[in-house]
Amino acid sequence: MAAPVVALKGVGKIFDNGVAALAGLDLDVREGEFLTLLGPSGCGKSTALRMIAGLSTPTSGALVWRDGASPEVGFVFQEPTLMPWARVWNNVYLPLRLRGLSKAEAAPVVGKALALVGLAGFERAFPRELSGGMKMRVSIARALALRPPLLLMDEPFAALDEITRTRLNNDLLALKAELGTTIVFVTHSVFESVYLSTRIAVFSSRPGRIAETIEVSAPLARGEGFRLSSDYADCCGRASAALNAAMGGAP
Amino acid sequence: MISRDRFASVTLPLAVFCAALAAWEAMVRWREIPPYVLPAPSLIGATLVKDWGTLSGSLLVTLRITFEALLAAVIGGVGFAVFFAQWKWVERSFFPFAVILQVTPIVAIAPLLLVYLESETAVLVCAFLVAFFPILSNTALGLASADHNLVDLFDLYRASRFKQLIHLRLPAALPYFLGGLRIGGGLALIGAIVAEIAAGSAGQGAGLAFRIVEAGYRLNIPRMFAALVLISLTGILIFLLFTALSRLLLSRWHDSARERAN
Ligand SMILES: Nc1ncnc2c1ncn2[C@@H]1O[C@H](COP(=O)(O)OP(=O)(O)O)[C@@H](O)[C@H]1O
Ligand SMILES: [Mg+2]
Repeated sequence: MAAPVVALKGVGKIFDNGVAALAGLDLDVREGEFLTLLGPSGCGKSTALRMIAGLSTPTSGALVWRDGASPEVGFVFQEPTLMPWARVWNNVYLPLRLRGLSKAEAAPVVGKALALVGLAGFERAFPRELSGGMKMRVSIARALALRPPLLLMDEPFAALDEITRTRLNNDLLALKAELGTTIVFVTHSVFESVYLSTRIAVFSSRPGRIAETIEVSAPLARGEGFRLSSDYADCCGRASAALNAAMGGAP
Repeated sequence: MISRDRFASVTLPLAVFCAALAAWEAMVRWREIPPYVLPAPSLIGATLVKDWGTLSGSLLVTLRITFEALLAAVIGGVGFAVFFAQWKWVERSFFPFAVILQVTPIVAIAPLLLVYLESETAVLVCAFLVAFFPILSNTALGLASADHNLVDLFDLYRASRFKQLIHLRLPAALPYFLGGLRIGGGLALIGAIVAEIAAGSAGQGAGLAFRIVEAGYRLNIPRMFAALVLISLTGILIFLLFTALSRLLLSRWHDSARERAN
C-alpha cells in the first residue's frame, strides 16, 4: 500500500493543565480517503485534528509526513469563523491574500471556490446576512481557496439543522468527487460518519486513542439511496457498537 | 409604523424639551426672578446673539483644544494598544502608568501642569490625558478579543504578525475603538474645560470655560448660561459625531450598530 499522506505515530498530548488528551495515538491518513474521527466529546478528536493542521504539537510521538513536510491544508471549524467585517468575497479571498495574491489574480480562484459551494451571486453579502448553512459554505469555500490536497473539518455541520446538514453532506461528497481532496472529518454522529466516510476511526476517551477502525466500502458516489441500503445499516451498527465499547460499554 | 417611530424618537422628546423651556421662561417671568439669579431662556438666547463675537472665538478655542487633544489621544491610544498587543512585556511594563494617569483626578494634575507648561499647552495635555485612557484600554481589549479560531486560521496560513494585525486584529478592534472614542471625546471636552478653569483663574486662556469664570467674576449670569449652553452643544455635537461615525463604519456588520428589524 502507498505511504500515508501523514502518519501519527504514538502521539500523545498532555496540556499544560495536566489533561492527557491523547496517548499512544496511531493513525494513518491515506491519499484520497475520506477519514472520519468518531468519538464522544472530549476524547481528543479536535486535538488530533489540530495537530495535523500544525496548530498544536504532540508532547510525545511524532507526525510523519509522506513528502517531508505538511502540504497545503484547509481547515473548517465547527463555527463558520468568518470575518464579520468582510464581505463573502473577501472572506474567501483571505488565504490567497495572505499568500500575497492581488485581487485581480485571485478573482478567478475565488469565483470558482464560491461556485463550488453553490454561492455564486453572494460575493457582496456580509456574513450576518447569510443563514447558518450558507456561512458554513463560505467557510468551506475559503478552506478550498488554495486547493489544498488535505482538508480538515472539525464537526463543521454539528450546529446546523438536520435538513441543512443532509444537504451539506451530499454537497461535500460531490465536492470530494470533483476535487479528489483527502478529507479528515471529525464528528460525533454515527450516521454522518458512515454516510460520508471511506474509513472511520473510532476514538476511546481519557486519554484519547483509536479503539477501532471501520472501512466503509461503498463507493463515494453515494446518494440518499445509500441511507436505505443494508450496507449503510450494517456499518452504522458496527460503528455504534465500536463507539459503545469505546465508551466503556455503557448503553 | 414609521410615523409612530418618528413620533416616539423625535417629536415627543422635542416637545418635552420645549415644554421645559417654556415652563422655565414662564416661571422666571411670573415670579419676577432677577436675571442675576436665574436668567430666562429668552435672555440667554439674546445674550448668545449679543456676545457672539466674544463667545464664538472662545467656542473655537475650546473646540480646537478638544479635537487636538482627541487626535493626540487616538494616535497615542491606538499606538500604545498596538504595541501592547504585539509584546506582552510592553503591556505589563507600561500599563501601570496608564492606570495611574487614569485614576488620578485631572483637577488635581492641572495646577501642576500649569506650573510646568504654558497654559494653552497645559490645557491640551489635560484634555489629552483624560481622553487617552479609554481609547487605549478599549482598543487594547479589542485587539485581544479577535476570534481565537480566526487567529488559528491566520497561523495555519502562516500569516506574519503584521498581517494578522492589519487583516484581523485591527478590524476586530474597530467597534471597541469607536466605543472608546465616544467616551474619550466627551472626556476630552471635560478635561479641556476643567483645565481651562484652573488656568482661567490664573488670568489666562480664552476658551468657553474661561468665559464662564470671567462672567462669574462680573456677576454676568446670563453670559455664564450662554457659555454653558455652548459647552453643552459642543458635548452633544461630539456625541452625535461619533455615534454617526460608528454607525457609518459598523452598520453593515456589527450588532451594536444594527437596525432592529421588525
Ligand atoms: N487548550 C487546552 N488546554 C487544556 N485542555 C484542553 C485544551 N484543549 C482541549 N483540552 C482537553 O483535552 C480533551 C480533549 O479535547 P478535544 O480534543 O477538544 O476533544 P473533542 O474534540 O473530541 O471533543 C478535553 O478533556 C479537553 O478539555
Ligand atoms: Mg472537538
